[in-house]
This record gives sequence, structure tokens and C-alpha cells, in this order.
Amino acid sequence: MKLQLRQEVIKADFLVIGGGISGLQAGITAAKAGMNTLILEKANTKRSGNGCGGNDHFLCYISEYHGTDFEEIMKEVMDTLVGSNQDANLFRIMLERSYDMIQKWESYGIQMRPTGTWNFEGHAMPGRRKYHLKYDGANQKACLTQEAKKAGAQIMNKVIVNEVLVNAEGRFVGAIGINIREEIPEVVIFQAKAGLIAVGEAMRMYPGNNPAYIFNTSHCPANTGSGAAMALRAGARLVNLDLPSRHAGPKYFTRSGKGTWIGALTDIHGELIGPFIEDIHVSRELPDPTADVWKDCFVKMMESGKGPVYMNCTGISEEDQQHMRKALVSEGCTSINEYLDQYHIDLRKTMIEFGQYEHMFYMNGIDINQDAMSSIPGLYASGQSVGNVRGDITAAAVFGDLAAEKAAAYIRTVDDYDITTLPIIQEKIHLYQHLMRVEPGANWKEANTTLQKIMEEYVGTKVRSESLLTAGRKYICDLRGYAEEKLQADNSHELMRCLEVLDLLDLAEACAVSALERKESRGAYHRRSDYPFTNPLLNNKFQTITLSEQGLTTEFRNRIK
Amino acid sequence: MPPLVNEEQCVGCGICIEICPLDVLKRENDKTIVKYPEECWHCRACVMDCPRQAITIRYPLSHMMLHMDAPNVQRGNEQ
Repeated sequence: MKLQLRQEVIKADFLVIGGGISGLQAGITAAKAGMNTLILEKANTKRSGNGCGGNDHFLCYISEYHGTDFEEIMKEVMDTLVGSNQDANLFRIMLERSYDMIQKWESYGIQMRPTGTWNFEGHAMPGRRKYHLKYDGANQKACLTQEAKKAGAQIMNKVIVNEVLVNAEGRFVGAIGINIREEIPEVVIFQAKAGLIAVGEAMRMYPGNNPAYIFNTSHCPANTGSGAAMALRAGARLVNLDLPSRHAGPKYFTRSGKGTWIGALTDIHGELIGPFIEDIHVSRELPDPTADVWKDCFVKMMESGKGPVYMNCTGISEEDQQHMRKALVSEGCTSINEYLDQYHIDLRKTMIEFGQYEHMFYMNGIDINQDAMSSIPGLYASGQSVGNVRGDITAAAVFGDLAAEKAAAYIRTVDDYDITTLPIIQEKIHLYQHLMRVEPGANWKEANTTLQKIMEEYVGTKVRSESLLTAGRKYICDLRGYAEEKLQADNSHELMRCLEVLDLLDLAEACAVSALERKESRGAYHRRSDYPFTNPLLNNKFQTITLSEQGLTTEFRNRIK
Repeated sequence: MPPLVNEEQCVGCGICIEICPLDVLKRENDKTIVKYPEECWHCRACVMDCPRQAITIRYPLSHMMLHMDAPNVQRGNEQ
């Protein structure tokens, strides 16, 4: 048998699934609060996920910089660039705790003031205050990892988590993991009083800009919606799966970090495409915010024949040119710098075409409350797994921190629960054994790329309708059936990839159902040809979806003010 | 083949294999090999963390960064 099973169940008070920004922050806070804390990470926390090379924007409120009128700032931030599709109570928590988090990060050795002062750049509107602190996150994962270990958290690298365990009362009691360090995968069972899902969004759900290379993605392609998928399977409520959003950046060389570029968006003739700046001579303080406001500008300009659209950095000062290249390092985009150098592309003379990247379930996921708890008692969620508050750096750190604080109180209210007899464990082991069978079968890429085609054509971001979505759901379910039967893995690496695709398939179906039930058009990417209007009765309504014995059920709830 | 490992420089410390977010590199037959090149994200973690500078990245043609000479360069330089 090409599958091993660790006999001993690993026990912890608090199990953190995912060792990114959010998971590591949660691990630090939890261990400091005295919990026996275990962080599980599919790669290595020093270099895993979206933050692996760094980040450079930390959304925050700092009273000494912004002034003391918090309410005014709150309104300003919600109104402008980043406020959509979020519960305001969570957004408020994020902003309120942001400065405290910055101070913690400074104490961990992360450069929050690389210029020596509070420096705000990018993602800003003319005439408004700025709230994206420009930091240097190049060493953030190493610092957070070191701090988590120092605080006493345990880290198990190279362990994927495929299922969270819920007991008969419906509360979180553990997880099923697979150690992929060796060729032969090893199933490891975890028992814990509380858990946190802090994994990434769902890359690889839609085709990329260059379908020949499916790992050419804006965010880390190791992130495959596993957090939302396993939460859904365990009975947790997900939210906002019907409302896609899309990032943008260099076309074909797919890489997030649009806000790090200092330039103007122009057409091929060098003419501005947006109204927010006067000419191409922008500066680091206020680069062209057009793409932050006009989210689908790259799509619209191409469709109308007015494209392509270029990131035109030829009008900025030499100091800003140098500054931008350094900031790309802070943001983890050293590959962009290296590519520009290898191909002798000089941004002083050359414009880079930007394009829209595909939807990747950013702000579409687990529905959490003001304690960062999902609808399953004891199961918390933070970071990109969450659907009702943005998962970028600040929210990832703040809600990881908050979840750990709340979990420290929660675990005192529950007893240990012996998970060994839960039937799901044997069911999942059978699935893994089947995938690891000796007889040849389908490669995971066959299923992944076919899912991408189905999502693009039937659950797409250009046009949606009852007939397309109904067919799409049917095809997703068919593909999942075939995949469960025919996928085959030769080693632990391939088993990981097979399980990622199965997670994507579960999330894809929930997305199709949610899109079907939102019977209106909303935003740039939920465009129903059979409901071509935006229904005011659905303003500030979030759609949730839950899996139970009755199947997938959706419901609209009010957005929390 | 995105990461390229220089066999002469590589001492087999295993850091790149450990830290690669995509599990692309493996150690087989006493060599560090790029087992899953098409799964590379080009994050350059392996390059940055290699203590021997033994790894370089070759960017595949699928990652071509589309670019165009700017028509307004003249105007930009004047100001």
C-alpha cells in the first residue's frame, strides 16, 4: 500500500491550518496566551503562500498620522477603494486594531517604517488621505516564523489539511492531515479544542492569461480554496461566492502588486484612460488610481477595441524609478525586476501592457462573526479563506490575532473529544487509498484544466444566465464524479494536487449555485443576461451557502453595518 | 525549466527543496532536481535562500511581458 497512517493522534489546544501571515500571527498570539498551539503548513512557513517573498502595503489607521477622528477615516476608507462586499463591523475591527498590529510587527523585526517615518503610498485618491502604509515585507515570513517559534508554537511543515473534524454536537474537534515530506504520503490525525482555517484563496479555478502554464497566477498557485472547501464540507456557512472580483497586472507575466507600480494608465498613444491624474508625470505619493476605481478597465478597453492599456512609467522621476524597483522587492516581486533586466526592458522608455487576471475567490469564502468564528463552534477563519472581510495583509494579521485571543477563552468552555471513532476519518482514508492505487488513472491536470474551462464558459465573469449556470453546475458535478473515480497519484506530491482539484470542484459547485440564486446583475463580473438590472432590494444583501443533508442551500442576509 | 540548479555549485543542503512553496524541487540520486518545472511560480524563494547561489531562473516564453515603446517619452524627458 502506497499510503501510511500515523498511529498516534496528535493533540493540541489550538490547531492552525495554514502558516501564512494570518496563521503565523494566530500562532504567535495563541502560544503567548498559553495555548498548546500547532501550526500546519503545506510548504514551509518561512517561504510559503502569497507573502512568501514579501508585501508592501499595510492598510491602517494611525492617529498621529490620520488625526483622531476615527469615524471619518472609517467612512472614507469604506467609501473609496476597498470597502465593497465586507461587513462593516469586521472592517472596523480591522482598522481599529491595525496600529497595534503594526507595533507588534515592528517588534518582530519587520520594517514597517523603512524610510524612518510613517510613509503612505499608492492605492490612494487625489484629495483624500492615504491609508496604505508602505512597508518592507521582504523578510516578513521569516520574522513571523521565528516569533511563532519563540512564543512556543509548534510548526509542522509539509503537512496538508484535507478535512476538519466536527463531532455530533456540531463543534470543531480536529482535522485530517497528510504529511507529504516523503514520497509515500502519511495520513496524520489531529485532535484539538479549537481550530483556525487560515489558508489562501482559490487560484487555478479559472484559466490564467496563458492557459498553457496553469501556475502562472497572480497569487500563489498552491492556494486552491481548500479552506473554504473543507469548511463547506464540514457544514460551515460560506458567503459572497456569487460576486467575483479580478486583479490586474502585467499581461501574460501574471503577478499581483499593481499598487506597487508608479505610473499612469495610458493607451498605445500615451493618452490617459482615467480622469484622476492630469498627465503621466505622477509620483510615488499618488500614482494613477484608475484601475482601483474602474476595476474592469483592462477588459472594457480591449472589448471596445480601444485597448491595449499600458502601465506607463515613463513620466516619473528617476528617484521614483529607483524607488519602485526597490518596492517591487518589498512586495515580493523580485521576478518582475529580474525579468525586466533579463529582457533589457527599460521602464523609462517602455510601457508594460496590463491585463485583468481571472477571478480567484478573494473575499469569497467562510462567513465569520465579530470573534472570527465560523458558523461551526470552535472553528475560526481568517485571511483569504474569509468571505466577508478582505483578506489582505492587515485583515490577515488582525483576524489571526483576534481568532487566537477568542479561541484562548473558548477552549476553557469545552472538553477534549476523542475523535478516533468519527466515521469521516475512514471515509477519507479510503479516498486517499483509492487515489494512491497502483493501477494507472487520470492525472490531476486533466481535471484541473477541464474545471477551468467549465468555470470560464459556464460560471464566467463575462456573462451568466440560468441556462449557463445550470449546465455549468451539472458539468462540475459530472467532472467531480469522474475525478473521484479516475484520478490517480503516484506519490505524495501528486496526491496533494489531486486533493486540491477536488477542493476546487466542491467550491466551484457552491459558486455556480450561488451565482444561479443571485437573480440580478451586480458589479462588473456578476452579469446575468436573464436579469440585466441591479435589484435595489438586494443592495447590502450578502448571499450565504451551506451544505447539509438537504444539499446546498442559499440564503440572503443583511450586510452588517 | 524555470529553476536551473548548477550542479557544480550545489552542495545538496536541501534548503531549496524545503522552502519551495510549490514543492517543485526534489533530491534524487544524490542530485537536486527540478521535478515539477511547470509548477514553478517564479517566486524566486529558492534563488534568494540558496547559500551557494547555485540556482537561477529561466522565464518561460509563456510569461512574455508585453511591452511597447512609449510615444510620449520625448515629452516626458522635457519636463
